[in-house]
Amino acid sequence: MSIKSINVLSRNPDHYMRETKYDIHKVQRNYDPTLHPFEASREYKLALNSVKLEKVFAKPFVGSLTHTEGVSALCRHPSRLSCVFTGTVEGELRLWDISHKKCEWTVQAHSGQIWSIVAAPDGNSFFTVGNDKTIKKWSLDKAKEGDHDLPIDTWLSDTIVTGISHHRHRNEFITCGERVLLWDASNKAPKFSYDWSTSGDRNDASVASIKFNPVETDLFASCDYANNIVLYDTRAKEVKKLKMTLRINALAWNPMEAFILTAASEDYNAYSYDIRKLNTPDQVVNIHKGHTAAVLDVDYSPTGREFCTASYDKSIRIFRTEEAHSRDVYHTKRMFKVSCVLWSGDNKFILSGSSDHNVRLWKSKSNEKMGIMRARERSAINYAEELKRKYGHFPAVRRIARHRHLPKHIYNAKNEQQIMRESRARKDANRLKYSTPGKKVHIPARQKVVVGLQDDGVVGFQDMDNMPGTSTN
Amino acid sequence: MAKQQQKRQFKKSNKPQKFRKSEVKDGMQITEFKVNQKGRAKKKRFMGRKVVPSKLLQKYSKGEGVELKTIGRKDSCVQNKMKKKEKKIKWAEEESARAEILLTESKGQLEAEEGTYTSHITQTEIKKAVDITSAAKSFDLNLDQFGPYKMQFTQNGRHLLLGGRKGHLASMDWITKKLHYEINVMESIHDVCWLHTEVMMAAAQKQWVYIYDNQGIELHCLKQMDRVLKLEFLPYHFLLCSGSESGFLNWLDVTLGKEVLRTPTHKGRLDVMCQNPYNAVLCCGHPNGTVTMWTPNAPEPVASILCHPHPVRAIDIDHTGMYMATVGVDRQMKIWDARNLGKCLQHYTISSGASNVAFSQKSLLSVAIGNIVEVYRNVTLGGTDHAYMRHKAGGIITDMQFCPYEDILGISTYKGYSSLIIPGSGEPNFDALEANPYISISGRKEAEVKALLSKVPAELITLDPLSIGQVDIPTLKEKLEAKKALLYVRKPKIDFTPRYRMKGKSGSSQKFKRKQKVREDTQREYLKRAYSQREELGLGKKKKKGEKPAEVLDRFKPKKKVTQS
Repeated sequence: MSIKSINVLSRNPDHYMRETKYDIHKVQRNYDPTLHPFEASREYKLALNSVKLEKVFAKPFVGSLTHTEGVSALCRHPSRLSCVFTGTVEGELRLWDISHKKCEWTVQAHSGQIWSIVAAPDGNSFFTVGNDKTIKKWSLDKAKEGDHDLPIDTWLSDTIVTGISHHRHRNEFITCGERVLLWDASNKAPKFSYDWSTSGDRNDASVASIKFNPVETDLFASCDYANNIVLYDTRAKEVKKLKMTLRINALAWNPMEAFILTAASEDYNAYSYDIRKLNTPDQVVNIHKGHTAAVLDVDYSPTGREFCTASYDKSIRIFRTEEAHSRDVYHTKRMFKVSCVLWSGDNKFILSGSSDHNVRLWKSKSNEKMGIMRARERSAINYAEELKRKYGHFPAVRRIARHRHLPKHIYNAKNEQQIMRESRARKDANRLKYSTPGKKVHIPARQKVVVGLQDDGVVGFQDMDNMPGTSTN
Repeated sequence: MAKQQQKRQFKKSNKPQKFRKSEVKDGMQITEFKVNQKGRAKKKRFMGRKVVPSKLLQKYSKGEGVELKTIGRKDSCVQNKMKKKEKKIKWAEEESARAEILLTESKGQLEAEEGTYTSHITQTEIKKAVDITSAAKSFDLNLDQFGPYKMQFTQNGRHLLLGGRKGHLASMDWITKKLHYEINVMESIHDVCWLHTEVMMAAAQKQWVYIYDNQGIELHCLKQMDRVLKLEFLPYHFLLCSGSESGFLNWLDVTLGKEVLRTPTHKGRLDVMCQNPYNAVLCCGHPNGTVTMWTPNAPEPVASILCHPHPVRAIDIDHTGMYMATVGVDRQMKIWDARNLGKCLQHYTISSGASNVAFSQKSLLSVAIGNIVEVYRNVTLGGTDHAYMRHKAGGIITDMQFCPYEDILGISTYKGYSSLIIPGSGEPNFDALEANPYISISGRKEAEVKALLSKVPAELITLDPLSIGQVDIPTLKEKLEAKKALLYVRKPKIDFTPRYRMKGKSGSSQKFKRKQKVREDTQREYLKRAYSQREELGLGKKKKKGEKPAEVLDRFKPKKKVTQS
């Protein structure tokens, strides 16, 4: 025998196989890179698969809450996730239990449209404003009991009230309409009236929407039918007034970065402003494009990273705050013009109220799996997300991720508007090219939409009277 | 590495330290914590995690990574993001290196007594020396009716497929010696090949390639592949490749049954072929002594090397894709660098022309010369004068393969099949998610679905498989050349149809004029740009210094008189 020592591979199968069928399979790992060839290309294929699966599972529609009239206002409870109030154009007010899709309470709150609903910060009561020039306060507890149909408090206004916003801490709220009024809840008369004619400008217009800033709680903003966005402070009289080229329909503050104000505009876009830079020419920080008709409402997600918009083009869109184009667009065959939109407090759902007598409940992330998940499933989803992030810039992956099916009317309108935009750009470029050098200058798109600013604090910054579009008396 | 550690320690010294000193002793990081200020407490010794040796880290390295200084400004958002990413990758490398401690099996080895050679140790001696299960793995199949035989092991090394020239086709679980089926296809069989699992296999028969299942039932007849001599299967791409008698190469996607590419090599019979497991490129050896490398994305070879002055007899590439072994009729065996082509690392002269050559997972090389098989160690480094092991088979060897994850070399001859124990040839620790010899039927089904989902597209087969994860940066030279090419390109043709206008403005002459104007405008624009670019590159006419640009009215200026001296 000339063998000194010998050692041959001999595995005991018991070490590699499960003992009984009730055990889990044993998985022996060896991370040696030579045993795992084509790492990059296999990973790429998996990324491609996961982005395709994202499309397969993209089913955002959860359910609808049926009304008897078109929905005009939505409001969520400050602390209860399932509690939502809706108001219709015929003055009907409803309280919904979202998790069961059940209407808990119905009352004829106003004679005429309910313009806006707001919850008091303690969550025990909420306010509605309607076409009948009244502001009504309702108790949540009594509503939960059922058959109670009287408000616990009523305020009378001399003009139609079209919007309401409650102060974050104090027992004060602010309404808008022909005048902007600050109310103390303990008084029947308004505490203060913010009247524009005091500042020498006669062209007042009805104010469409008003919102308190959630962080800098004395600050609030309004938008009116004369294309203005007005910034007020309850502690001082000074206001800032920014004039846009077209009307602003609704406003929303970013709840996390409360210096960002987003406006839904009649010119199919949403605009984000930085109120710290309102006096400079770059006050518009982003133009969010995508809708093919007027944008009617806007609401931020509680994380402040995204917001959604409701539009006259029968769709809602979700935007990331820093991006100009929408992340997603939701539409159904039966959904008509969307008048109001609401992001739920847990960042998972979006509610949209439309004129087809329905409030629709959507997932905020269309492919998200609802309900409890196993750890394995969760980790598989996390892995897929990471792959999508890693390979997101590859053309094949990006093409699938970006594609959205659009209804015919939106698709055609989009193409038509694209042609119009190109033609306008061509014309501008030609004008610039053939005019005397230096006479015409290129104005960036973000500055084009702003007509001017009037600032009461800084005298003579810009004269409102010389602005085009404002009539002087 | 040591330098980096020093640097780190130096950096930390600026901050107030919580520990007194930290040192690496016997592979352990020992940190002495500072006692609390009054000095009452005892000194604590914290034994940190064991430091991973740098050599081990090298094995699991995912590359050098990004040089952070070149990206963005200092402490910019991009740089911080990259920093985090790099940290994660480094962590993953380290953790996978640490996981090596969990590998249970060790590599086989054979040592001879002093004064004797391992090559003199016979298989019978080995069988006596090893345990009974290992001894059972060495066996002979005496099949002298339908030879010569071709053979192949599955990816996980569990199953064996045999195909005899005279039509004998059999598959078996060779460890338990359980025969799956045995048929005679009543036609000559030239080559056999497993597909992705042990339930499907391909056989190159006289005219066409047939696919059988594990009961011997014919599933498909692939008429796209005719008169095939050699079959290869790319498991991650699900491509069945064949080389035919007429010199055609053929890639077939077995998931769809569609031909990916069929291309003539123009170099005669294709019976010498192997795949590169690292990048899925096919390598063919030709009678004129060249080895060509093919991908299904190009009708011509991506690389071609002249390896021998005589016909190439056999070729194989090791599983890391680094080394290629070729054997020629000229009794030469050469080891090539498979990535840096055209570089011959080693060449050996063998006793006579070899018919087969095969690498094992642990880089042993076996060479079949007539009825003798020789196994060599360290062939890539050179300096092996004699064989590690030698065996004389019953007949002339026609095919051989090292069994994956086992210390076994399977050889098939004119008279049957035999498996030899070659200690230290197989990878001791398998990865169950890649290839598992102990896989259950349900596990196999699940793995099949997973493999199908991560099927790599055939378009991604390139010489460098990592190129998909890299940035495609054109070199400065290429950029400049592209710019220069733009200068000498013809003016663009403008295709313009004028809009219809009323009031006689759309007559043919008017239309032509409008067309002409637009055309001239765009061409002028283009030329202007090209001209300015030319000037930027310094290719234009040089202006004389101090010369003013000529103006229109300059012609009325009095001309300078030439003064006579």
